[in-house]
Amino acid sequence: MTTIAPAKKADATLADPALAYYRLGDEISDSKAPDVDIDKMWKTRQFEAKLVNPANRRKLTVIIVGTGLAGGAAAATLGEAGYNVLNFCYQDSPRRAHSIAAQGGINAAKNYRNDNDSTQRLFYDTVKGGDYRSRETNVYRLAEVSANIIDQCVAQGVPFAREYGGLLDTRSFGGVQVQRTFYARGQTGQQLLIGAYQALERQIAAGTVTMYARHEMVELIVADGKARGIVTRNMVTGAIESWFADAVVLATGGYGNVFFLSTNAMGCNVTATWRAHRKGAYFGNPCYTQIHPTCIPVHGETQSKLTLMSESLRNDGRIWVPKKAEDCSKDPRLIPEEDRDYYLERIYPAFGNLVPRDIASRQAKNMCDEGRGVGPAITEKDLDGNVREVRRGVYLDFSDAINRLGKKAVESRYGNLFDMYLQITGDNPYETPMRIYPAVHYTMGGLWVDYDLQSSIPGLYVCGEANFSDHGANRLGASALMQGLADGYFVLPNTINDYLANGPFSKIDATHPAAVEALESVKGRIDTLLGVKGERSVDSFHKELGSIMWEYCGMERTAEGLQIAIDRIRALREEFWSNVRVTGVNEDFNQALERAGRVADFLELGELMCIDALHRRESCGGHFRAESQTADGEALRHDDEFAYVAAWEYGAEEGPVLHKEPLVYKFIELKQRSYK
Amino acid sequence: MKITLNIWRQANAKAEGRLERYMLDGVSEDMSFLETLDLLNEQLTAENQEPVAFDHDCREGICGMCGVVINGAPHGRYSSSVPTTTCQLHMRSFADGAEITVEPWRAGGFPLIKDLVVDRSAFDRIIQAGGFISVNTGSAPEAHATPAPKLEADRAFDNATCIGCGACVAACPNGSAMLFTAAKITHLAMLPQGQPERYSRVKSMIAQHDAEGFGGCTNIGECASVCPKQIPLESIAQLNRDLMKSLFRREGK
Amino acid sequence: MRDLWSGPVHYTIQGVGVRAGRWSSPGHGQVKVTPVATQTLTVHQRAARSTVALKVLMAVTGIFLILFLLMHAWGNLKAFFGPEAYDHYAEWLKSDILYPLVPKGWFIWIFRVFLVACIVGHMASAYVLTLRSRAARGSYQRKDRRAQTFSARTMRWGGIILLMLLLFHLGQFTLKWFLTGFTASSTPYESVVLTFQQWYMVLLYALFVGTVCIHIRHGIWSALTTLGANTSRVARRNLNVTAIAVSALLFVGFMVMPVAVLFGGIK
Repeated sequence: MTTIAPAKKADATLADPALAYYRLGDEISDSKAPDVDIDKMWKTRQFEAKLVNPANRRKLTVIIVGTGLAGGAAAATLGEAGYNVLNFCYQDSPRRAHSIAAQGGINAAKNYRNDNDSTQRLFYDTVKGGDYRSRETNVYRLAEVSANIIDQCVAQGVPFAREYGGLLDTRSFGGVQVQRTFYARGQTGQQLLIGAYQALERQIAAGTVTMYARHEMVELIVADGKARGIVTRNMVTGAIESWFADAVVLATGGYGNVFFLSTNAMGCNVTATWRAHRKGAYFGNPCYTQIHPTCIPVHGETQSKLTLMSESLRNDGRIWVPKKAEDCSKDPRLIPEEDRDYYLERIYPAFGNLVPRDIASRQAKNMCDEGRGVGPAITEKDLDGNVREVRRGVYLDFSDAINRLGKKAVESRYGNLFDMYLQITGDNPYETPMRIYPAVHYTMGGLWVDYDLQSSIPGLYVCGEANFSDHGANRLGASALMQGLADGYFVLPNTINDYLANGPFSKIDATHPAAVEALESVKGRIDTLLGVKGERSVDSFHKELGSIMWEYCGMERTAEGLQIAIDRIRALREEFWSNVRVTGVNEDFNQALERAGRVADFLELGELMCIDALHRRESCGGHFRAESQTADGEALRHDDEFAYVAAWEYGAEEGPVLHKEPLVYKFIELKQRSYK
Repeated sequence: MKITLNIWRQANAKAEGRLERYMLDGVSEDMSFLETLDLLNEQLTAENQEPVAFDHDCREGICGMCGVVINGAPHGRYSSSVPTTTCQLHMRSFADGAEITVEPWRAGGFPLIKDLVVDRSAFDRIIQAGGFISVNTGSAPEAHATPAPKLEADRAFDNATCIGCGACVAACPNGSAMLFTAAKITHLAMLPQGQPERYSRVKSMIAQHDAEGFGGCTNIGECASVCPKQIPLESIAQLNRDLMKSLFRREGK
Repeated sequence: MRDLWSGPVHYTIQGVGVRAGRWSSPGHGQVKVTPVATQTLTVHQRAARSTVALKVLMAVTGIFLILFLLMHAWGNLKAFFGPEAYDHYAEWLKSDILYPLVPKGWFIWIFRVFLVACIVGHMASAYVLTLRSRAARGSYQRKDRRAQTFSARTMRWGGIILLMLLLFHLGQFTLKWFLTGFTASSTPYESVVLTFQQWYMVLLYALFVGTVCIHIRHGIWSALTTLGANTSRVARRNLNVTAIAVSALLFVGFMVMPVAVLFGGIK
C-alpha cells in the first residue's frame, strides 16, 4: 500500500468560478466493494452477495434498456439464469447497437504472447491510461474478468483473428507496451456484438427474454424509492406505454452526440440516462469525453457524423504537419523530408505515434492552432469574435510503411480502412497521405454506480458506456469492448441478484401514482414539443448546441469559455422550447419527434457538462483545462484537490448538487503521466 | 450540384404509395447520400411538409440499419464503383443534374412501415431459429482449448461480416433471403464450436426462412452482386450441402 | 401497390409454409393461399418440404433430363450412317435395351415413365417455387439487375415454351399427329429427312434447341450449385464454363443432322 503521492498544489488564483452554478452536497463513497485485498475483492463480493433460488428467478422481472455489448450480454445472461427479462432498443433490431462500430480490438490479460502481461499490468495500464481518475476496485475486477470474456466469445463463435496454428492472434494498441489486444480484422465490435446478439436471440427463442425493438425509453418510473419500470414510446405507432419490473438496467451507451458531430451513431442519445438522472440518479464526471485522434476531417456544413478509422493505423502510419505554414496548401508529396514535422515522434520519443488518444488529439489541435494544419481552410471565430482561416487536419502518412513492408503487406493490414477512406474522401491513401483530425468518440462520464453497478436509485443498474465507468478521465484503446462485455456477461449477473433477492417487490401497475405521473409527464412533454410549432428545425438546434460544446467544452477548456458556453446553452434551450418546429403527429412513425426529445435532453446535459468542466480546475485525461498545464504544455493534474469522482445530483432550477466520491488509491501510486 | 429526387412516399402499410419528385440545390459531392436526404428533410421542414422517413443509424457502413433502392439497385450499388451501404454512397458518384429514384426495400418478407422504412424483423426470427451456438455465459472452456484452422476461420469471418441490411432480399427477383441465411450457416459451420448444432441449425433456419415468406433461391447472383460486405454466392452452396446432409440425419425429426 | 400484411398467421402454398400478406401489384397473379397447421410439422419435416429441398428435386430431375438430351443428341448422329443404321437404332431403343433382363419392349416404357416423372417433378417444383417467388418479390418502379443472365431471366417462360415445343415434337415424330412432309407409315429415317428438307422446320428446331440450350445454360450452373458444387470462385468459373460448354455441345449435336439434311449432306 502506498499513500497518495504529494501532488502539485493547485494554483491558488484558480478560485472555483463554477460555484455560481452548483451547490456542494455530502461526500459519498462506494459501500459495496469488500474491504479485503484487491485480488480477493471480487470473489468475496460474489460470495457475500445474496442469491435467488433458480426456481424463483422467473418470478422476477428485469427491464434492460439497450442491446449493445453491455445490454445484449446482460439480457442474454440474465435470461439464461432464468429471470424474466424485458429488453428494449430504439433500433429495428438488437443487432444494430452502436457497439457494432468498434473496430480495433478487445484487451484481455491472457498473456498468450508471453510478454509480461498479467491482471496486475492490465489493471495498472488502465488506471494510468485513465489518468488516475478511476476507481481502483472496479478496474481491478475488469482486468480480472477480461480473460473470461475471450473464452466466452470464442465459444459463441466469434471469429477472432487466428495464427496458422489455429490459435488466437493479438496485437498492440495505443498507450501500452504489451500485445494483449484480440481482434477480428477491423470489425471486432461487430463480431463481439453479433456474438452477444446471437446469445440474446437464443434466449428470445427460449422465451426468457422478450424483445421490444423500435421502442425508445422516455422516462424512468421510480416508485417508493425504487426503480420499478420505464415508459417507452413505440416508434412505429407512437403508443406511450409503461413497463414494470423488479429492477431496471440501463445500458444505453454514451452521450457523445451532445456535440452533434461525433463518431456515435445518429440515434445515440442521453435520454434514458438523463431521465434517470432527473429522477435521482447521480451523473458521474460528465465532462470526461474522449476525443479520438484518427478520424476523417469534416467536409462541410452538411456533415451529419464523423467516421473514425481504427487507432491501429498509428502502428504503421506516421503523423506529421509541415514545419512551415506556407507549405500547408502544397501537395504533401512535394514537401521534402526536412520540412516535415513528425511532431509526436519529436515530442514523445518513447511512445511516438502510439501515445494515448487524449495526447495525440490535443497535439493535432495544437498543430492546427499554430497554423500548420492541412486540408481545406475553414473560417473560425474565436471568443473575442476574431475571424481567421484555419486548416483542420494533419497527415497520417503510410509512404514509409509502404516502402518498408510493401504495398501488399500494408493492404493486408489496413486494406479495409484505406478503402473506407477512399470511399468517403475520394483520395487514395496509397498515393497521398491521409488527412485526419480528432473527433468526439466516447464518453467516460455517465451515471454514477457503485461496485455492484447500482446507481444512486435502488434497483437501477447501469452498464457499459452508460455508467461513469472504469476508464477514469481517458479510455485506452480496446478497453470499451472489454468493459461493456465484462459488465454485461460477468459483473451485473453476479451483483443484481443481491438486490433481487429482496424481491419480488410489492406489485405495481399503471395505476400507481408514480406510474401515472411518469406517463402523463411523457405525454405532456410530447404535446409541448408538437405544440410549439416554431420556425427552426430540430437539427438546427442540435447543430448549434454541438458547435458550442465543441468550441468551449471540446479538446481544450477554459473558465471563460465554459461560462460563455453555459450562457449560450441556456439561451438556446429557451429558444428551443419556444421556437422548435416538430412536424407530424405523435401517433405515427415520426423521426422529427424522436430527435426533438433527444435534443431537449442534450440541451440540459450540455449545461451540466460545462459546469462539471468548469469546476474541475485541473487537466486530466480527456479533460484539458488551459489554465492547468506544465511548462511544456502537458496536462497537469491536481491530485490533492481533484482526486475524486464528481457525482452530480439533479437540482432543477437551483442548479446541480455536487457529491464527491474521493478516489482512494491503495494499490497504485499516483504519478504524473509521462509518455516521453 | 443540383439533383432531382424521385422518392417513394407512403404514409403507412395500408396507404397508397407513389413516387414524389423533389428538386434539391446546394448538394456537395463530398456529402453522403443520407446527408442529401437530411438536406431534403431540412428543406421539407422549412416548407412545413413532412420529412421523408428513412432508417439509418451508424452512418459508417456497419450497423446495417440503412438501405434504400437507388436507381433500381439496393444501396445504389451500380452508381458506386465499389460495394457500399447507402450511408457510404457519396454524391460524387452522381453527375450534376442527375435524376435519382429512391425506393424502399420491397419484398414479401419485409412489410413496409412508412416511406422508405420497412420491417426486417424476419431476419431476427431466422437467427432465433438457430443462428447461434448454445453456450451459457460462464460455461465456456479456455479459448485456446480448441484450435480453429485458419483457412476455415477466415471463411467463417468472411461470412460473419454480414450486417443484416436486407439488400440481398431487395435485389432478389425471388425475394429470397438465402444469402443472409447462408452467411450465418456458413459462419457457424466453419468453426469447431459450431459443429454440435450444425445440422439441426440448418434445418430450423431454413424452415423459418420459408415460414417468413421469403422466396427460394434460383442461383441468379443479384444478392451477392449488391451485398455491401461481399458475402459470396458460394455460401448458398454451402447451405444447400449442409441441408442435404442434414436430411439424412436424425436431428429435428 | 398495396401491402396485405395481416399478422403472423401461417399459410401454405402447395404445401410450402409461407406467411400471409405480401406485395401484390398489377401483373402479379394473386396467390391463392390456404391455411394449414404447419406448426404441427417437425423441424425435419419442414426442412424436407423447404424451398431448398424443392430446388434439389428440380436440380436432380433437371440433370437427368440433360443426360437424356445428351444421349438423344448422340443417337441422332446415327443418321449420318444411313437409313438402316438409323432405323435399327430406333428399333433397338424401342425393343432391345436391357433384353433379356426385361422382356422386349419394356425398357422404353420404364424409361418413358421415368422421364415423365422427371418432367413432372421438375415442373411441379418450378410451379411451387414460382408462386412463392411472385408472392415474395417486390415490384419496383425502377429496376437495375446486372448479375442475372438472359438465361436466368428466361427460365420460367423459357420452360413453358419448351414444354409446348416438346409436345409438338412428340406429336410429330413419336405419335405422328403432325405429319410435316412425311406419312404415318414413313420409317423414322424418312420422317426425319423429309421433315428437315423443309428450311422452316430446320429453323423451328434451331429455335427449339436454342431455347433448350438457353434454359440449360443457367440450369446446369444452378443445378450444380444447388447440389453444393459451387465451393469457391474457381469452382464458380468452372461451373459456368461447364454450363456453356454442355449447352454449346448440345446445340451442335442436335443441329448438325437437320442442317446436313437441309443442305443435302444426308438424303
